[in-house]
Order: sequence, then C-alpha cells, then structure tokens
Amino acid sequence: MSVELLNFIETVINGLMSGIMYSLVALGFVLIFKASGVFNFAQGVFALFAALTLVGFQTGQVPFSHLINELFGTNFHNWYPSLHSFFAIILTIITMIVLAWLIEKLVLKHLVNQEPIILFMATIGLAFVLEGVGDLMWGSDVKVLDVGIPSGGSEWLEKTTIGWASEGSEYYGMYIDVLNVWATIIAVILVTALALFSQYTKTGRALRAVADDHQAALSVGISLRSIWVLVWAISGFIAMVAGIMWGTESGVQFSLSLIALKALPVLILGGFTSIPGAIIGGLLIGLGEKLAEIYIGGLLDIGAIENWFAYFMALVFLLFRPQGLFGDKIIERV
Amino acid sequence: MIYKETGQFKSTYESDHSIFPLIQDKIAFNLLMLVAFLIVPFFIDSYWEKAILIPFLIYSMAAIGLNILTGYCGQVSLGTGGFMAVGAFATYKIMTFFPDLNIMIIVLLSGVITAFVGILFGLPSLRIKGFYLAVATLASQFFIIWLFNKVPWFYNYSDTGQITVSERTMFGVAVTGANAPPYATYLFCLILVVVLGFAAKNMIRSKIGRSWMAIRDMDIAAEIIGVPPLKTKLSAFAISSFYIGIAGSLYFAVYLGALEVTESFDIMAISFPVLFMIIIGGLGSMLGSFLGAAFIVLLPIFLKNVMVDLIGLSAVTAKHFEITIWGLLMVVFLILEPHGLARLWSIAKEKLRKWPFPY
Repeated sequence: MSVELLNFIETVINGLMSGIMYSLVALGFVLIFKASGVFNFAQGVFALFAALTLVGFQTGQVPFSHLINELFGTNFHNWYPSLHSFFAIILTIITMIVLAWLIEKLVLKHLVNQEPIILFMATIGLAFVLEGVGDLMWGSDVKVLDVGIPSGGSEWLEKTTIGWASEGSEYYGMYIDVLNVWATIIAVILVTALALFSQYTKTGRALRAVADDHQAALSVGISLRSIWVLVWAISGFIAMVAGIMWGTESGVQFSLSLIALKALPVLILGGFTSIPGAIIGGLLIGLGEKLAEIYIGGLLDIGAIENWFAYFMALVFLLFRPQGLFGDKIIERV
Repeated sequence: MIYKETGQFKSTYESDHSIFPLIQDKIAFNLLMLVAFLIVPFFIDSYWEKAILIPFLIYSMAAIGLNILTGYCGQVSLGTGGFMAVGAFATYKIMTFFPDLNIMIIVLLSGVITAFVGILFGLPSLRIKGFYLAVATLASQFFIIWLFNKVPWFYNYSDTGQITVSERTMFGVAVTGANAPPYATYLFCLILVVVLGFAAKNMIRSKIGRSWMAIRDMDIAAEIIGVPPLKTKLSAFAISSFYIGIAGSLYFAVYLGALEVTESFDIMAISFPVLFMIIIGGLGSMLGSFLGAAFIVLLPIFLKNVMVDLIGLSAVTAKHFEITIWGLLMVVFLILEPHGLARLWSIAKEKLRKWPFPY
C-alpha cells in the first residue's frame, strides 16, 4: 500500500476514535434533553466536576482545604495518602447521584413549565456554580488523573503496520492512542448497557415513556421527578466516564469543561433527541474534523480550523435536515 | 399618592402613543437625563469612568442589540462576542485606512459592517429554530474569533496580534486613546446610547417591531397573516448586529484601547454575560437591557470589595467564590423572577400607584 493511503487510513481511524470521545459527552446531553426537555449546558462542567472529585478522592484531599487554610491559617491538605481507583470511582458515582438529587430538588422542581430558554440559562448558572464549587473544593491547579487506563501510542500497531507500506518507502507505522481504543470500548459497553436498561427493565420503560410524552407518562402514574433524578444521575455517570477519558488525556483542569462546546455540533448533527444520533454524529464530526485539519487546513496553510469546522459541518447539514440526522421530525401547527 | 395616573387625560393620539404616557415618568426620565448630561461629566473621575459608567453604557448597547434579536424577535443568539469583535476590528481597519475620518462616523460605519455580517450569519435562522439556531450562532462566534486570530491582515500584521487604537478627537477633545479625558469618553458613549436607545424604542413601537414580536410569538401564524419571515428575521439580525457592532466598536476604541481577540471576545467574556443581562433585566424590555447591564457591571465590583477587602480572601479564592455566587444568583433569579428586573420594576410601579393608601 502507498504511504498516502496508509496515512489516510490512520487519519480516519483517529478521527473516528476522537469522535467517540465527543459522543461520550453528547450522550449525557441527549439523555437529559429527551427526558426533561432541558438543554443542559452544564454537562461539560459535570465532567470537570466528576473528574476533580475523582482525583480528590484518589489522593485523599480534604474538601475546601484551600479555603479553610486561608480563613483560619491552618495547614492541612490530605487525610489519607491514597485510595484505590475503584473505591474512588464508587465514591464519585455516589457524589454524582447526590448532585443529581440536589439539582432536581433545588433547581428543576422550581422551574417546571418555564420556557426552554429560561431552563437553558438556569443550567448555565448551574455550570457556574459547579465550576466555582469544584474549584473551591479541590483547588484550581492542573491535576493528573490516572485510573489505570493505559495511554500513549501502541507499539504493537506501529510494528505491524510498518510492514504494510510498499517496499522502500519511508513509513514509520500508524500512531493510534491506546486511550482512544479504550474510550471506544467503554463507549460501546455504555451504550449497550443503556440500550438494554431502557429496553428490558421497568424503570427503563418508564424512562422511555417520559421521553415520549410527559403528560401521558404522568397520567399512567410514572413519577416525573424520580425519573428526572435518575436521568440526571445517569448523565452524571456518563459525565464521569467522559471526565476520566478526557482528564487522562489532558489533565484535569478548567478547560475540561469546554468539551461541552465540542459536543454541541455533535448534538445538532445527530439530533437533540437521539442516542444513536449522538454516537453517529460524534463519529462524523470526529472524522470530518481530522480530515479537514489535515487536508483542508494543510491546503490553506492556516491551522486550528477544528475550532469551528465541526460547527460549520453541522450547520451545512442542518440546512438540509433542520432536525438533525435522527432527531424527531419537527411538525409545526398554528 | 404621588405616582398616580388619575386626572391625566389624553386628547390626541400623539400623547396617547408617547413613550412615557405618565407625566411622572416623563419628569423622572428628564431629570435622569439632566443628571447624566449636565452633572455627571463635571464629577466623573477615571475610576468611575473605566470601572462603572463606560462598561455600563457599552453593555447596555450590546444588551439592547441582543434584546432586539432574542427578546423581541425570539431568535436565541450566543454569538454576541463574535459580532462585537466584528465591530471592534471594523473600527480598527477603518481607522487605519482613513486617518482623517471623524470617530463618530467610524463607529457608525463599524455598526453598518457588523449589520451585514449579522445578515450573513442570520441566514440559517430561516431554516432552523430554537436551540439548533442557538448552537448555530455559536458557529459564527468561533469562526469570527478564529478569523481575526489567524488572518494577519485584520490586525495589520502586528507581532502580538493585538489591535491598538489611535487618538481621535471630536470638537478638539480626544475621545479615544490614552489621553482622552473621562468626561469626553463618557459623553461620547452616552450620546450614542441615548440616541440609539430612542431609535430602538421607536422601532419596537412601530411596524417593524410588531412584526418581530409576531415572529417571536408564533412564526407560522405570523407568516399566514402576512408578516414576511425572511425580511423580518434578517432585519432583526441586521439591526441587532448594528447595535452589537457599535458596542464592540466602543468596547475597543473607547474602553479598552488595545485588545487581543481571543481573550476579549471570548464566549465566556461577552456572549454569556450579555445573554444573562437581558434575561436578568427582562427579555423584551428596553428598561431591562439597562437594568441588566447595570446589575452585571456592579455585581463583580461589589463582590470583590466585600470578599477581598472586607473578609480578606486571596484573589484566586475570591474569584472562585465570585463564579459560584454568579451561578447561584442566576439560578435563584430565574426561579424567583423569570421575567427579570423589568418585571420587578413594573410590580413596584403597580404598588406605588396606591401607596400609601391602598384602599
């Protein structure tokens, strides 16, 4: 095979896998939007908060230690040296569930029947709160997150692919981040589990009922509020997974919350209300972005077009299908 | 007692349609204008200018612009930062091309250029709606910021990528640049805000404003009764962008003087705060734009004073607290009064009518 072709294949694979990372974030959006009609801007900050909490539990940081030290002149930071990742993850999941419950109790409950934009703004407020509280609790320095997922290039793949190139050409093998492979596997497991859960359990059925029609669900005795708590908790869990993946790749810091902005084009491409849409949208966006970066960005000699290219792609797509790839058909009546 | 409308009869259509139908409102507004134009310029110092009054006026302008689009025409936009950047860079480029042009004309021209950019990015609104549109406007934000960052022509090939304002005068007094006296910059912004504020108010009260509101309330129904969606939506985008562009132009030329695009027009620095202004002030209310802007300008100053100077927290921790309190206020406000400060004001007026003898 020629080097160009191999490079192309490498770009495609990397693009698809970085797309999976976007899908992980978009998935949380879709779940909440389907079940409660809330466009949850805080999803990215959810991921940041979960990752911060996870690191905090792992390293045994005392919550609010910076604040306490500053106010009272004390000097303590950790109460235990370290905790196994497994327990830290369990504790983080519990935190996210409590968080979901609090959000329902303190925010959503009071905003039922408000206009969508008001709910949207409320989640922006929520994002600010979580960001501030996360920083106050765990400090704002960049943290290293390691839960034992390997990362870096795969040597095995490099060695295998080096032989594929035609004789005499300079080719050093494909570079594929193992972390992305893991992300793909985890995403597949996650989506399968979600699908099974919503298809074959009673709660899952209730979930789908609520997503279909709020009032009909209420009238057959499904408690909307408990479903909301559940959905936000699941989204919190997905945010944690996304936070682990992104945090392992680039460290846990404020910029992690900006992955929400990365997930938005995925959402409008795939449709706000479709789980398969989130996955396929993510794949398309990841692929398009990587290809554009290499083939168009190289052509124009201007870098960093991935900042807006995804949006541009989604926009062009929307001109033909205003509800996204798999979104519910928009029916308008007077 | 004092704030009552009994005895104020309208005998002409003109008086019935005036902006302030009540004599008390008119007096209060005129007093405010007198204070703003004749008293404040003599007492303004550079702290009041740079920290409070100029940002307030500029954000009011941006808020009016976004309120026209989101509050009156119902098209949610998250691209305010991008459009303000267009205004700022248009000002910069016009300044370098035409060194002799009057600053007032430069600012207005920047607004016109931004209006055209707004029409361009408003085109998707004809096809997509709601949150899809909100996300689509984010595309304009990212694209514009990227463009000004990556194409050196826009910042005249300067090494830092910064754009810097040069000194321009009006009636012999510097309005932009480092030597501009506080009263001059203040009056310059104030005149623009007052004139354009009245223009906006009158647009909203006339046919174009009514067609915006018809589109906002239900676009299909509006179309059926003969409101053209294309013209209406694009006019809202154009006029809104005109105001936002002027705000961006002032933000660059009068307020900051020198800026770097990614940092100054970031989505978190401009787009969300301005959206928050119109929501906390009141969607679809002129008064709300001003109240929201005042709230957003004053709150951080207040919080900083309390936390850093009074309690003695370090600046970083105070910043985190500020973010948290921001968010809390936003949520609490939306829960308690989703219609914003403007609604609170009208409730207060309602109460004032009968005060102090409610029966």
